[in-house]
Amino acid sequence: MKLLEGKTAIVTGGALGIGRAISLTFAEHGCDVAVCDIDVEAAKKTAAELRAIGRKAEAYAVDVADAQAVAEVTDKIVDTFSRVDILVNNAGITRDGLIVRMTEADWEAVLAVNLKGCFNCIKAVTGPMMRQRAGAIISIASIVGMMGNAGQANYSASKAGVIGLTKSVAKELASRHITANAVAPGFIKTRMTDALTEAQRDKMLEQIPLKRFGSPEDVARAVLFLASPLAHYITGQVIVVDGGMMM
Amino acid sequence: MAIDEKVKEIIVKLLGVNPEEITPEAKFQEDLGADSLDAAQLAMEFEQEFNIDIPEEDANQLTTVGQAVEYLTKRTQS
Repeated sequence: MKLLEGKTAIVTGGALGIGRAISLTFAEHGCDVAVCDIDVEAAKKTAAELRAIGRKAEAYAVDVADAQAVAEVTDKIVDTFSRVDILVNNAGITRDGLIVRMTEADWEAVLAVNLKGCFNCIKAVTGPMMRQRAGAIISIASIVGMMGNAGQANYSASKAGVIGLTKSVAKELASRHITANAVAPGFIKTRMTDALTEAQRDKMLEQIPLKRFGSPEDVARAVLFLASPLAHYITGQVIVVDGGMMM
Repeated sequence: MAIDEKVKEIIVKLLGVNPEEITPEAKFQEDLGADSLDAAQLAMEFEQEFNIDIPEEDANQLTTVGQAVEYLTKRTQS
């Protein structure tokens, strides 16, 4: 069963990792995708893969921290695809470090992309979605936004912020049949987690009841569910995809 | 198209009311059934249609159709 037939989605950070898996999963379910990424070459590659499975797809270069750029790209996307049914706020970065060593620049860079980026993109799609009187907004949070993590003060704060933002948006836009939810991944195998040391990874594995790391596809399937009509009565929620790590 | 006609068209489309209900005295929220989100969206639609930026404090003052037409006339002339 195709869950997103005839829909159009914007996926930020859609070129690689979890974002790429979301883009591909959506396309397999009949969705056209605007792949937004700061790495436009990678976004073009991903868009080409989506077209190869028969969907309309375009790559857009955008820094989600730049409100003006986000607004302009969203206008272009609405012109090209005629509608926006789904927004996936997936773009995110890390600048890890213990708080005593964390610079103001590290803090600001992470908050700008991970949290303000979500705000910018939500604000940009709210107009078109309110006109359509329908929409699904899914933001990628993280379990560290709920449990904290030594060395990730900036990242965990940004992800906790994403959860608060999601709940406010859910309340504000519910009357227009726009849902807003978050997916909080645990340890997922991507470039972001490849940066950890072997010892750090072994320690993580011990804490995961399902005894394996998640894949980008594990996250993508939860996002698919929230974007689909199957979840139309679910809003303001956080689905944790972590192999049982946070219980 | 005259500004008042354009404003009427936007209101009809957004709020789904009859064009006859849209008098200059009609209040968006009390008479035309707009909620706060509709009011915000109206301001957004006016901004887009007339290619202007409406500051939040101005938008909050526009409670009737007549006030909106008057405001938009002034803003698009300057």
